[in-house]
Amino acid sequence: MYAFDIERPATVAEAVAALSNEDAQALGGGQTLIPTLKQRLASPEKLVSLTGVAEMKGISSAGGVLTIGGGTTHDDVAADGSYKALSELAVNIGDPAVRSRGTIGGSLANNDPSACYPAAALASGATIVTNTREIAADDYFVGLFETALDEGEIITAVKFPIPEKANYQKFVQPASRFALVGVFVAKTADGVRVAVTGASNEGVHRWTAAEDALSKDFSAGALEGLSVSADDLIADLHGSAEYRAHLVAVMTKRAVAAAS
Amino acid sequence: MTKVTMTINGKSVSGEVEGRTLLSSFLREDLHLTGTHIGCDTSQCGACVVHVDGKPVKSCTMFAAEADGADVATIEGQANEDGSLNVIQAAFQEHHGLQCGFCTPGMVMSAAALLKDNPKPSEAEVREYLEGNICRCTGYHNIVKAIMAASGQDVSAIAAE
Repeated sequence: MYAFDIERPATVAEAVAALSNEDAQALGGGQTLIPTLKQRLASPEKLVSLTGVAEMKGISSAGGVLTIGGGTTHDDVAADGSYKALSELAVNIGDPAVRSRGTIGGSLANNDPSACYPAAALASGATIVTNTREIAADDYFVGLFETALDEGEIITAVKFPIPEKANYQKFVQPASRFALVGVFVAKTADGVRVAVTGASNEGVHRWTAAEDALSKDFSAGALEGLSVSADDLIADLHGSAEYRAHLVAVMTKRAVAAAS
Repeated sequence: MTKVTMTINGKSVSGEVEGRTLLSSFLREDLHLTGTHIGCDTSQCGACVVHVDGKPVKSCTMFAAEADGADVATIEGQANEDGSLNVIQAAFQEHHGLQCGFCTPGMVMSAAALLKDNPKPSEAEVREYLEGNICRCTGYHNIVKAIMAASGQDVSAIAAE
């Protein structure tokens, strides 16, 4: 690693001030950023660790909306259980030691194209709350490792409206534990949303044809004959674009069948 | 350099660290607690697992500065007060849960974290929990058996393969 200073503010306001230096970078749980620093793929002058910011941790529920602090670990989301599909997603991220450190805010800020949480946020129609504004999930995910966040902007919380039924199915890439393909399906009074991770070069995205079919008939059978194009899907040594396209349909059917 | 103070295996410890000093480096190089091993340095292998505020973490994927004020437990603090092996360590010995021993500190720390939350895990739960701990010798079988035995369960039906 290149040398850098590290700061550990106790409040969001202090963290925002510390991040005003353009060569400063926020550090969440560090489960992606620290390996990146070790490879010298990032060279911040200063890291601002958010792990000491108590106001960004914790989970609360009111009026059918689950609010999760941006600094809340995967382990704590897994243990919560009030949004079952989300807790089941969290318990399958990485391994126990990674779940002790990694945070929902860190995952969403990084927006890895194979990460699990972006699919949950997009399918649930979540709201990303930052130190300056609230961003709808539909406007938040911009592309590969790209989000609507401005420099120095911090995810302080994520608000999830709890759906009537939901489920996440992940086809695990066994070496990394990331999703080779993951599909999150959420059914609400307004219809069905389907978000796909791991598949596209553009990152997480919705599968609107499946949403339309499932909004009329919420059953795996409603997806018969539907397929996604392999154009623009990720192709690597773990799977071709065509293989991923096939998996998207399979995982969506499984998620619908398992939704509760 | 930043001054850090933390509790390690029940004792208060202070030191001066760089921003980039990993918790694993602080333990091994500054405090000479070399029981915590660094296998891969890429968050894969779990040989460096320690407990921070009661949770298992990969000490190679956390900065020492982030552990300021924390309660850290390492393999050096696992033995009983009289120096004898604790129940997990003794089970690893009894059931031959190690060969070269390199992964063992992380395995024991992960096992301790598992049994704290889940005192009677099923074999499948043990295998699932060891997702982030890699052993290149044993094929895991005797490690799983040792952890099951440490939880007080009958392992006579788990045959060595």
